[in-house]
Amino acid sequence: MNLRKKTEQKIVWILSILLLFIVCQSGLSKAEEGEFPLDKAKIDVSDLPSLQRGARLFMNYCSGCHSLKYMRYSTLAEGIGIVDSSNHILEKIVKQDLMFSGDKITDTIKSALSKEEGAAWFGTAPPDLSLVGRSRGKDWLYTYLRTFYLDSKRPWGVNNKVFPEVAMPDVLFNLRTHLLAEKDGQEKYDGAILDLVNFLMYVAEPVKQERERIGIWVLLFLGIFFIFACLLKREYWKDIH
Amino acid sequence: MQATLRSLLGWVDARFPLTKLWNEHLAQYYAPRNFNFWYYFGSLALFVLALQIITGIWLAMSYTPTAESAFDSVEYIMREVPWGWLLRYLHSTGASFFFIVIYLHMFRGLLYGSYKKPRELVWLFGMLIFLCLMSEAFMGYLLPWGNMSFWGAQVITSLFGAIPYIGDGLVEWIRGDYNVSGVTLNRFFSLHVVAIPLIFVGLVVFHILSLHEVGSNNPDGIEIKKHKNQEGIPLDGVPFHPYYTVKDLMGLAGFLIIFCAVVFFVPDMGGFFLEHPNFEPADPLKTPVHIAPVWYMTPYYAILRAIPDKLTGVLAMFASVGIWFFIPWLDRSPVNSIRYRGYLCKGALTLFVISFLTLGYLGSQPPEGSLVLMARICSVVYFLFFLLMPIYTRFDKVKPLPDRVTD
Repeated sequence: MNLRKKTEQKIVWILSILLLFIVCQSGLSKAEEGEFPLDKAKIDVSDLPSLQRGARLFMNYCSGCHSLKYMRYSTLAEGIGIVDSSNHILEKIVKQDLMFSGDKITDTIKSALSKEEGAAWFGTAPPDLSLVGRSRGKDWLYTYLRTFYLDSKRPWGVNNKVFPEVAMPDVLFNLRTHLLAEKDGQEKYDGAILDLVNFLMYVAEPVKQERERIGIWVLLFLGIFFIFACLLKREYWKDIH
Repeated sequence: MQATLRSLLGWVDARFPLTKLWNEHLAQYYAPRNFNFWYYFGSLALFVLALQIITGIWLAMSYTPTAESAFDSVEYIMREVPWGWLLRYLHSTGASFFFIVIYLHMFRGLLYGSYKKPRELVWLFGMLIFLCLMSEAFMGYLLPWGNMSFWGAQVITSLFGAIPYIGDGLVEWIRGDYNVSGVTLNRFFSLHVVAIPLIFVGLVVFHILSLHEVGSNNPDGIEIKKHKNQEGIPLDGVPFHPYYTVKDLMGLAGFLIIFCAVVFFVPDMGGFFLEHPNFEPADPLKTPVHIAPVWYMTPYYAILRAIPDKLTGVLAMFASVGIWFFIPWLDRSPVNSIRYRGYLCKGALTLFVISFLTLGYLGSQPPEGSLVLMARICSVVYFLFFLLMPIYTRFDKVKPLPDRVTD
């Protein structure tokens, strides 16, 4: 009998190992799919100063053409920590540093460029970036923003290694040349891009940190519940067999 | 207080078979005492069904089924509706876990021959539930109106176009348009939240009623009704309540730990439960680089693509699901459980599981080079498992059955 139980346990094990193998396999082949190898972006969405720097970069370099239509300035300010000690939004700072239009703080983050104009100027309307962190992923964004190169065949004179024939011009060119002139310029530039990617990842799922915070309590509760459920089962079943 | 409650129960019982139902299906339903790990998944499936219905009701309160605002309304749920993100992740993770639980539940049936006489109808109702589950998942997947939603529905509905003569008209009839559009979205929403769930719940009732009529199978595959005491209670049976309610509660707690770990920490499961291209809104002009269904449909999708001819491929895909209905009559073994079967049956089941999992993997990959050949081999193994079943089950060596269930 014991032997039989063991074979059944073996089946469970073999199945789980097979499943794990398949998941790993598909993970690997995902990496192979992209033609250009992606650099790993080491970011931390709980790093508020990094998110704030990223927000400033976004508002200065990206928001002219790209909207974040699912994000409100007020939610953003709260999420990246532009608040006073009693958690009230510092509206003045938000308006001064992040808002360049006459919008209200509760408005969503729109771009100045209309879809029609964008399509006319760039050939394709610049997409909304609320969810780009989830559709492209952090590594893709990090690599993409660092791999523009000169290509005289393209309308803007630049092309991209991750996104060939990209319609976007190299908007960070000025920032990069400025930083690269300094000492440790490449490091500073990569750091700035990490902040921007961090910010985009935050915007893609603002609830992520709260979800994980709650998740820990949920799992702790379930762990204790599981122990009691096991004890209850054992108590009822002790007379059987 | 207790006297009042008892008289209230008496009042109800005189008008509605409450106590009778309770006894027939829980307190005096005798289940074999030797259920093992594989027997948790029935009650878990019931739990996930309830979860999907409840989260679905609340999601529908904030969701808008139009092409213009479906995608926006999902993000509205994710960002602005209080706890909306939790409802949405519970529902999307629930969909994947429904399939995990159901696949394990079906595998249990294969292991212990739970479909064999007299449980053929239990199996058939179960298979109909499985069809409902697949259509729920397929239609539900269109609702977020992401780019993969759109192209997935576009590809799958176009399959009906392979049917000669009526194909094109049929595709148009299903979509309600020349392409997948807002019209399609609207009707899929209606079917997803009203029609299919109604049939689904009805079938679950039939599944359980027919099970309780004939009694549960068990890992030994022998009838516990053969040995009863003077009161007519099976010697190897225990009342479902409280024995299996507390045991299933333990199973539920274990399940919830895994389930909630996914919901709270990896709700997109690295692109397996929520696919990356689906975070971009549907765009009829922009085909995703690689269109693949969600993981639970990939085995059948791999079979479809393994065959070069479209019509044959479509037929093979439908056959790969339809053939499950015939198992009760394909299996000619004198014993139910794998425990007392020989190496032919064990080997066939192992090969089948390997080919099923491999097909699942292949269906998620672009069909290139050696992968196509692999998909073809696995498809053949998949079908041979069923088609040769009458032969290998009949000639397989069996071990002697025990008289009573073993521990």
